[in-house]
Amino acid sequence: MSVLVATPRTATRWRPSTAVAYALLIALAVFYLLPMFAIVVTSLKSFNEVSRSTLWELPKAPTFEAFGSAFDVMAPSFFNSVLLVVPATILSALLGSLNGYVLSKWKFRSANAIFALLLFGMFIPYQSILIPLFQFLSAIGLYGGIPGLILVHVVYGIPICTLIFRNYFATVPRELLEAARMDGASVLGIFRHIMLPISVPGFVVVMIWQFTSIWNEFLFAVTIAQDPTQRPITVALQNLAGSLLSQYQVQMAGALLAAAPTLLVYILLGRYFVRGLLAGSLKG
Amino acid sequence: MPILMIAPSVVLIAIFVYGFIGRTAYTSLTAWRGVVPDYTFVGLRNYERLFQTEKFQADIVNTIHFTVFFLAGCLVLGLGAAVLLDQKLRGSIIFQNIFMFPLAISFIVTGTVWRWIFNPNYGLNVLFHNLHLDFLQSGWLTSPGSALNSLTIAAVWQMSGFCMAMFLAGLRGIPEELREAARVDGASESQAFRYVVFPLLRPITLSAVIILGHISLKIFDLVFVMTFGGPGYATDMPGLNMFITTFRQDLFARGAAIATVLLLMVALLIVPYLIWNLRGETER
Repeated sequence: MSVLVATPRTATRWRPSTAVAYALLIALAVFYLLPMFAIVVTSLKSFNEVSRSTLWELPKAPTFEAFGSAFDVMAPSFFNSVLLVVPATILSALLGSLNGYVLSKWKFRSANAIFALLLFGMFIPYQSILIPLFQFLSAIGLYGGIPGLILVHVVYGIPICTLIFRNYFATVPRELLEAARMDGASVLGIFRHIMLPISVPGFVVVMIWQFTSIWNEFLFAVTIAQDPTQRPITVALQNLAGSLLSQYQVQMAGALLAAAPTLLVYILLGRYFVRGLLAGSLKG
Repeated sequence: MPILMIAPSVVLIAIFVYGFIGRTAYTSLTAWRGVVPDYTFVGLRNYERLFQTEKFQADIVNTIHFTVFFLAGCLVLGLGAAVLLDQKLRGSIIFQNIFMFPLAISFIVTGTVWRWIFNPNYGLNVLFHNLHLDFLQSGWLTSPGSALNSLTIAAVWQMSGFCMAMFLAGLRGIPEELREAARVDGASESQAFRYVVFPLLRPITLSAVIILGHISLKIFDLVFVMTFGGPGYATDMPGLNMFITTFRQDLFARGAAIATVLLLMVALLIVPYLIWNLRGETER
C-alpha cells in the first residue's frame, strides 16, 4: 500500500473484513430486537394459544384481543401520563432556558459554584429526598396524584434542563448579546427578544429528554400517586404485570402501549434524543 | 438582576435537594417507626442495626456484584458496537438505531418483557433446547444462583446503547490524521487502535463508568418489576430496600438511614466527577 496515493477516506479505513463485521452487527441486532420479537409475537396470541405454545412460535390465529384487554385497563393511566408529562415538560424547559441563559451569558461571581450545586441534584438517588418530599406534599395537599407529580418533575428536572440550555447558549456568540446591550436592552429583554427565538433547537432537545424521562419514571410515580385513578402508565403496567401473572399476551400488549409514545419520539427525533443523552454525561 | 432570574430555581433546589437531604439525614438519627413521626434522637443506632441485618448485607454484596457485571457488559458491548459502527458500513445507521432504542423505553417495560423471555417453561430454555444448547438452560429469575445475573442481562440490554453512543461520539471526534500518522510511522491497524485510539478514549471511558456506575447503585425500577428483591434476598438492592422499609413497613428512620448510605455511595462517585468536569471547563 502506498501512502502517497490519495485514496478515498473510507477506503483507507481498517475493517475486520466486511463479512465478519456484518455478522457481528447482525448478532447484536438479534439480541437488541429479541424483546421486540417477544412483544409482537406474544401480544397477537389469544390466552389459549399463549398457554399452549412457547414464546418462539408465531401466532397461528393472530388476534388483537390482548390489546383490547390491555387498553381497557391502561387507558386511564395513559391519559394520566399525558396530563403529567405535558405541563411538567413545558415548565421545566422554560425554567431551564432561563437558568441556562443566565449561567452561560451572565457569569457573575459564584455562577459556577451555583451551577455545580444545581448539577449535583440530577445525580442524587431520589430515595434520599423521598421521606421529606412525602411529608411536604402531604402538608400542602398535593400527595396522591398528578399535580404533586408535576411539581416534583419540574423541580428535579431543573438541573438537566439548565445543563442542556447552558451548553446550548454557550454556542451563541457574545457579540449578539453585546450589540443588544448597546441598544439598551435589559437582561430579560435580551432573553425574550434574542435568546428565546433562537433557542428552538435547545427546546427540542430538552423537551424530548424530559418527555422521555418523565413518561418512563417509576419511583416518584409509585410513591406519590397513591390515588388509583391518578396512576401514571409505568405504575399501571407494573400492576397489570403483577395481577395478570399468566396473561402474558396482555402484559406484552400493555408493555407496547406504555412504550409506544417514547418509542415513536425516538424513531422520529432520535438525533435530538441522543444529544440530550450525551449532555447528561457532562463530558460526552 | 441576572441573579433574580435564577433565584426561583436556586431556591427550589436549595429546599428540595439540600434541605430535604438534610432532613433525611436527621430523620435517620431518630426513632421514627410507624405512621406517626417520632423525632426522639437516637444517634447512630439505626445505622448500627441496619448494617447488622442480613438483608442490607445482601444489598451491599448484590450491588457490588451487579455493578461489576453491568459495567463490564455495557463497556464490552458498547465499545464493540461503536467500533463496528465506526467502520461506516452500508446500513450502519439502521444498526445504530436498533442498538439504542432500548434507551427510550422504561425499565418497567424492559423488566416486564424480559421476565417473560426468562420464563423457564416458555422462554429462553425452550430456545436453547431446540438449538441443542441444553447446557445453557437455567432457572433464570426463579433460582437464587442465577437471578442476579439474569437481572444484569436485562439491565445491560437497556443501557449498553448509552455506552455505545459515548464511544461512538469519542471515535468520531478522533481526527483521521492521527491514525493516518500512526500508519505512516509503520504501525499496523491493530497497533494504531491500541496505541492511538484507545488512549484517546480513556476520558470517555471514565465518564461512562461513572455515569453507568451511579445508575447501577441507584437501580430500583428493574428490580421492582422483575424480582422484587427475591428469591430470598438474592436480588435485593439498597434502593428497593429503602422503599419497602419506608413505605411498606413504615420504618421511616431506618428507611432514611438506607437512603443516606445510598446517597453517600453515589456522592463518593459523583462529587469528584463534577469537580473534574467543571475544573476542565474553566481551563479550556
